[in-house]
Amino acid sequence: MSVPEGAPLLEMSGIVKTFPGVRALDGVDLVVRPGEVHCLLGQNGAGKSTLIKVLAGAHRPDEGSIRWAGDPVSLSTPDTSIALGISTIYQELDLVAGLTVAENIFLGHEMSRGGLVRRGETRRKATALLARLGHQEIRVDREVGTLPASGQQIVSMARALSHDTRLIVMDEPSAALDQQEVQTLFRVIRDLTTQGVAVVYISHRLEEIRQVGDRVTVLKDGRTVATDLAAKDTPTAELIRLMTGRDIEYVFPQRTPPDSSAATLLEVENLSLNKVFADVSFTVAAGEIVGLAGLVGSGRSEILESVYGARRPNGGTVRVDGNRLRAGSVGAAVKAGIGLAPEERKSQGLLLDQPIYQNITVSSMGRFARAGFLKGSSERASATEWAKALDVRPAGVERPVRTLSGGNQQKVVLARWLLRDCRVLLLDEPTRGVDVGARSEIYAAIRSLADRGMAVVVVSSEVEEVLGLADRVLVVREGRIVHSGPATEIDEHRVLDLVMEGSAA
Amino acid sequence: MTHQREAVTDGEKPDAGPDSGVVQVPLSGSGKARTGAAGFLLGSSVGRNLGLVVALFVLCLVGVATAGQQFASVDNGLTILRLASVIGVVSVGMTFVITGGGIDLSVGAIVALASVWSTTLATQSLARGNHWTLIILVALIVGMGCGLVNGLLIAYGRVVPFIATLAMLAAARGLAEIIAQRRTQIVSVPGFTDFFRHDVLGIPLLVIIFAVVAAIGWLVLNRTTFGRRTFAVGGNPEAARLAGINVQRHTVALYVIVGLCCGIAAVMIVARTTTGSSTHGTLYELDAIAAVVIGGTLLSGGRGTIVGTVLGVLIFTTLSNVFTQNNLSSSAQSVAKGLIIVVAVLLQQRLAARSNNGST
Ligand SMILES: Nc1ncnc2c1ncn2[C@@H]1O[C@H](COP(=O)(O)OP(=O)(O)OP(=O)(O)O)[C@@H](O)[C@H]1O
Ligand SMILES: [Mg+2]
Repeated sequence: MSVPEGAPLLEMSGIVKTFPGVRALDGVDLVVRPGEVHCLLGQNGAGKSTLIKVLAGAHRPDEGSIRWAGDPVSLSTPDTSIALGISTIYQELDLVAGLTVAENIFLGHEMSRGGLVRRGETRRKATALLARLGHQEIRVDREVGTLPASGQQIVSMARALSHDTRLIVMDEPSAALDQQEVQTLFRVIRDLTTQGVAVVYISHRLEEIRQVGDRVTVLKDGRTVATDLAAKDTPTAELIRLMTGRDIEYVFPQRTPPDSSAATLLEVENLSLNKVFADVSFTVAAGEIVGLAGLVGSGRSEILESVYGARRPNGGTVRVDGNRLRAGSVGAAVKAGIGLAPEERKSQGLLLDQPIYQNITVSSMGRFARAGFLKGSSERASATEWAKALDVRPAGVERPVRTLSGGNQQKVVLARWLLRDCRVLLLDEPTRGVDVGARSEIYAAIRSLADRGMAVVVVSSEVEEVLGLADRVLVVREGRIVHSGPATEIDEHRVLDLVMEGSAA
Repeated sequence: MTHQREAVTDGEKPDAGPDSGVVQVPLSGSGKARTGAAGFLLGSSVGRNLGLVVALFVLCLVGVATAGQQFASVDNGLTILRLASVIGVVSVGMTFVITGGGIDLSVGAIVALASVWSTTLATQSLARGNHWTLIILVALIVGMGCGLVNGLLIAYGRVVPFIATLAMLAAARGLAEIIAQRRTQIVSVPGFTDFFRHDVLGIPLLVIIFAVVAAIGWLVLNRTTFGRRTFAVGGNPEAARLAGINVQRHTVALYVIVGLCCGIAAVMIVARTTTGSSTHGTLYELDAIAAVVIGGTLLSGGRGTIVGTVLGVLIFTTLSNVFTQNNLSSSAQSVAKGLIIVVAVLLQQRLAARSNNGST
């Protein structure tokens, strides 16, 4: 059944979905045409993921109707959705760690003859799909659990492409990717749309929406507040106002003028890690925020992890307050006051069924205990303070973390690390998956920690974030620091040039 | 202290550089250069199961050293295999449920019930009147029926597998006692007893059945879409569901498979002892789980190996044979068994931790 020119491929109207205590969707409308890239915007918790899960057949809506190519359909299970030609890249990675890359890509629609899996064919097709995404280097026999987050994201994408689809839904696919990989993704998206495939694209990065999007639908508190906006030329201020209901002017907090007398807290000298990075030296003073810019895989995260002792460097020293730390010892780093909020926060250490406040306080429990007994009230009070500061929604710290939206879960983990009393704070991608409104709150929180005398190192794939937040910027390329200087004396283009130089796109 | 522990795992996580290649032996064994037909059963997984092979070898050495000719004879070898075959078939079924994220405590009771039901006077006279294979048919149907009930309770009734199969354990054993009135039922259907007296090229039929079940089990788990999906259902049920797999139906199928294996085991036990009894299969659940676990299947699901299970069964059977040959008590046997389980699992965790820092 083909769709007549201009007619919508998908029409969702009046979709309602309630969870115990939350009305996640409260009458959402969404119309998608063939061959378009339809962007879905909204704050953390607005209901984007819930909506696409209804579309994928993973959630059953309480009310509302769905038409596919003009005909009413009921998407009661994931396979009905898949059979219609809808494939989905979920926000939470939905892979089976113990299966190989190829097995994951074709899970549920294995290539088989008489029930027997055709392994050669599977591997060949999987390799071709990965190549299409520019990732020939991922071996299809590798167990997915051993891939880093960005690799797993690529596998999820390959999996979505492996279906013969008419609509691909992507829930924050770029969160784990760097700029170069995002460009490859966009190329693939354009490829698909010229073949008439429609794409629903969710992202918190407005510049991506401008680049790849055709039309925008904005969700707020489970309702469609605007639809059919032009992705290219709706003013940013307008989009933000629609999403948040308020005007946000200053995204980045005011820099505190540098204090030249501030003591150097963290000194890293000639740090090297076999085949990953070499000769990395930098210092961070009390009250200073240093930003590390570079591609995913350039060694940024590994540098932080080595400073933290989670990896054993081959050479070089880390000093805090002039005292040299034992290499490769997390214990020594923690004792010296270093804290690391790691990159893959969601898979690492969220207690999904525990309430929000316990997740926030779990790493600083000692502070709330007397003789081993926890004082629940002060624990809750502190947690509430941070949850408010980072705008975790819905308000209240008693809900299990599992029931929060992706971005709000991120905020909870970040709050945990911000609450910890440390002197040197290492943040790896602190705002991944967080909406525009909450970002400025996170930046403000980081700045105020620095103002209280903390030394902060921030790694981010978003150059704008590094430039806006940090006092000083280090650019990392292929494991080496290729530039170091004040953030005010370099612009985005220059950073991108430095980052990309010599690397084939 | 919590943060420290967490931090360590945090740090080790992304360590998945291209040079950590040693560890990426995929479950299906498809990573190695294609093994020829000869390596069909063992070839692809010999590396992973090397520890078990060595353990079995050491046990045999101990057997030869302590019991000499008596242990090393062909007859004794066949005895070990014959003893291993019944519990082996049950363990193959158990490997499927455990890989799929479940557990079945009722296998022994199902074996008892199937053995009793297929040997009642009524069944036997029916078999005599029609065809002796009716006995087999009844045992298989009873086994699959019990498995179906387990599966439905677990998948659709959302009863925890441990509880559902515990209930089945009690109920099936009880039902077996009621049917048999606690008496041992002798099988006197000529066709049946004659058939199982056969052997093929000197190998007892029971052993052949075990080999066939294990081979089919291996094929299904490693080479079919059903097997592939079993790993997914056990490893990440939500991901499996989102991939369009009907997780509930799949779960039911897994319990029916283990039930079928119990039915086959019941036929084998009836053939070996020429009796049906409500005491058959006592504690099989523990023996099967132990064999599966030391074989390398993860109790939490998502990883399973039939070859490992077979080796696990052989290790336990050889162990008790060595003990019997040396006239040691069955209590000493149990102690040794316990030790083997703990050591094997500790070893496995070390290996798993090394090969697997990266998956959740
Ligand atoms: N399983 C669940 N149980 C209870 N509440 C839920 C559940 N899933 C989502 N919610 C709630 O529904 C609302 C919408 O969540 P949803 O995940 O759709 O947000 P989102 O727009 O995708 O946000 P983000 O940008 O952070 O990913 C949130 O308030 C969330 O807390
Ligand atoms: Mg979401």
